[in-house]
Amino acid sequence: MQSQDLIPHLFRTEYSKLVAVLSKFFGLDHIEVAEDIVSETFLAAMETWPYQGIPDLPNAWLYRVAKNKTLNHLKKHQLFNKKISDGFKKSNSWIEELEVDLSEQNIRDSQLQMLFAICHPSISTESQISLALRVLCGFGIDEIADAFLTNNETVNKRLFRAKEKLRTEKIQLILPSDEEINNRMEAVLKTIYLLFNEGYYSERSETLIRKELCLEAMRLNFLLLENPLTNQHLTNALMALMCFQASRLEARVGGSGEIVLYQDQDASLWNNELISRGNYYLTKAAAWPVISVYFLEASIAYWHTIQEDSGEKWENILHLYNQLLTIAYSPIAALNRTYALAKVRGKETSIQEAEKLGLSNNHFFHMLLAELYRDQNPAKVKSHLQKALELCKTDSEKKLIEKKLSQV
Amino acid sequence: MKEFILIFRHENATGKVSPEQMQAWMKQQMDWVGGIAAQNKFVGGTGLLFDGAKVVDHQKMVTNGPFGDIKETIGGYVIVKAENAEEAAEFAKGTPILQGEGNTVEVREIAKH
Repeated sequence: MQSQDLIPHLFRTEYSKLVAVLSKFFGLDHIEVAEDIVSETFLAAMETWPYQGIPDLPNAWLYRVAKNKTLNHLKKHQLFNKKISDGFKKSNSWIEELEVDLSEQNIRDSQLQMLFAICHPSISTESQISLALRVLCGFGIDEIADAFLTNNETVNKRLFRAKEKLRTEKIQLILPSDEEINNRMEAVLKTIYLLFNEGYYSERSETLIRKELCLEAMRLNFLLLENPLTNQHLTNALMALMCFQASRLEARVGGSGEIVLYQDQDASLWNNELISRGNYYLTKAAAWPVISVYFLEASIAYWHTIQEDSGEKWENILHLYNQLLTIAYSPIAALNRTYALAKVRGKETSIQEAEKLGLSNNHFFHMLLAELYRDQNPAKVKSHLQKALELCKTDSEKKLIEKKLSQV
Repeated sequence: MKEFILIFRHENATGKVSPEQMQAWMKQQMDWVGGIAAQNKFVGGTGLLFDGAKVVDHQKMVTNGPFGDIKETIGGYVIVKAENAEEAAEFAKGTPILQGEGNTVEVREIAKH
C-alpha cells in the first residue's frame, strides 16, 4: 500500500477499534478522552513515520503508542487518583487492571458494546447515525457532513447531543442482558439499516461515499453476526437484504447520476459475490421459524437477483408483498405489489387496483401508472409522467422522469 | 375511519376439497388480502380451525361441532378499515369464499369504546 493511502486506511480500520477499547477502559462518560488519545496517536504517526519510516506492523505501533498515551494521561489526570482509590477498595491488583487490553476478542466485544450503547433508545436516530459513523466507522466530521448533505456545525451538534445523552442516561459499555439484547436488537438493526439506506438512496452522485456507507453498515451488522448472542434471525435477514441490495449498487446509477430502474439495469453490473453472500444469509435466517419484515424484504430482493422474467418469479414476489403489506404497510410496498400484480395478472387488473391505493400524491404512483400504460395509452403515459415530475423532490429522479418523457 | 369485521360463513363445510383447490383458493385469498393491505386498510384476520371444534349449548352440553345439525359454520374473518359499511361490503365482494355457492360474508362494524 502506498504511504499516502496508508493513514486513511488505518484510520478507517483502527480508529474505531481504539476508541471502543479505550472508552471501555475509561468508561463511556469519558468517550471524548478516548477520542482525543486516538487522534493524538494518529497525529504522532504522521509526525514520526515520514522520518523514521513506516513500521512493519503499523497497527501494532498505533496500539503501543495509544497504550502509552493512555497511561500518561492517567498519570497526569485526576482519573488516576480515582482509579487508585477505587482500585484499592476493590482489590490490590489495580496495576494489572491498568493494562489496556487490545486483544482481538476485547476489540470485537468493545465495538459490539459500543454499537449497543450508540443505539440506545434515548438518542435520536440522526444523532445515532452520526455517532456511529464517527466512533464506529472512523468517519471525519467533514465526511459525515458530506454524506448527509449538511454542514460541520450540524454534525457537531448532533454528536454533542448524542454524547450528552450517553452521560446523562449513564449508558455503560456492557452488553445488555440476554432479554434486553432482544429488546434492543430491533433498534440496533434499524440504525444499521438507516445507515445503509443513507448510502443506498443517497442524493449524492459520487458512488464512492455511497458505497462506503453501505459497506460500513454491513460491517457493523457483521459484528453482530460474529457474536452468538446477537447472531439471530433478524441479524441474518438484514444482512441478506443488504447484500442483495448492495449487489445492484453499481447498476442503479447511470452515467449522469440518474437512477436506473430495476427493469432497465445492466445485469452484468450486478455483483455476483454479494448475491451469493445474500443467499447464504437468507438461508441462515430461514432456519428460525419466524417471519419478519427484513426476511420478507430480503426474500423479495432474492427473487430480483434472478434476471429471467418467469411466472414463478413474479408469483413469488406478489405473494411476498401480500405478506409484507399485512404486517407492515408502506406506500412503496403497495406500489411494488401493484407492479408485481401486473406481471402476474396483467396490466388491466393492476391498473384497477392501483387506482384504489389512494397514493395520487406520490410521484412513484404516477411513475408506476406511466409504466402500466406503456405501449397502450401514450397520452396517459405522458400525463402521469408530467404529474410525477411535478411531485418528485430530487434531481436524480427529475433526470429519470425527463428522460422517460422524452421517449414517449 | 371505522373498523369492520368480515365474517366468512360457509355452508356445508365438510372439508371435501382437493389440495389443488385449496392451493388455488389460498392464493386468491392472499391476493385479496394483499390488495386490501396495499390500501393500508387491512387490520388483521385469520382462519378458524375445524380440528377439535366444539359447540356448547344452553344446557352446557358439549358436542363435537360445528357439524351435524348446524349447516352453517364460520371459517374465518378479516378486519378492515373503511369509511362505512358500503365500502367494507365492496371489499367483501373480492374474496374467493363467495365463489362457493351458499357461502356468505357478514359485514359488521366493530364497536369502539
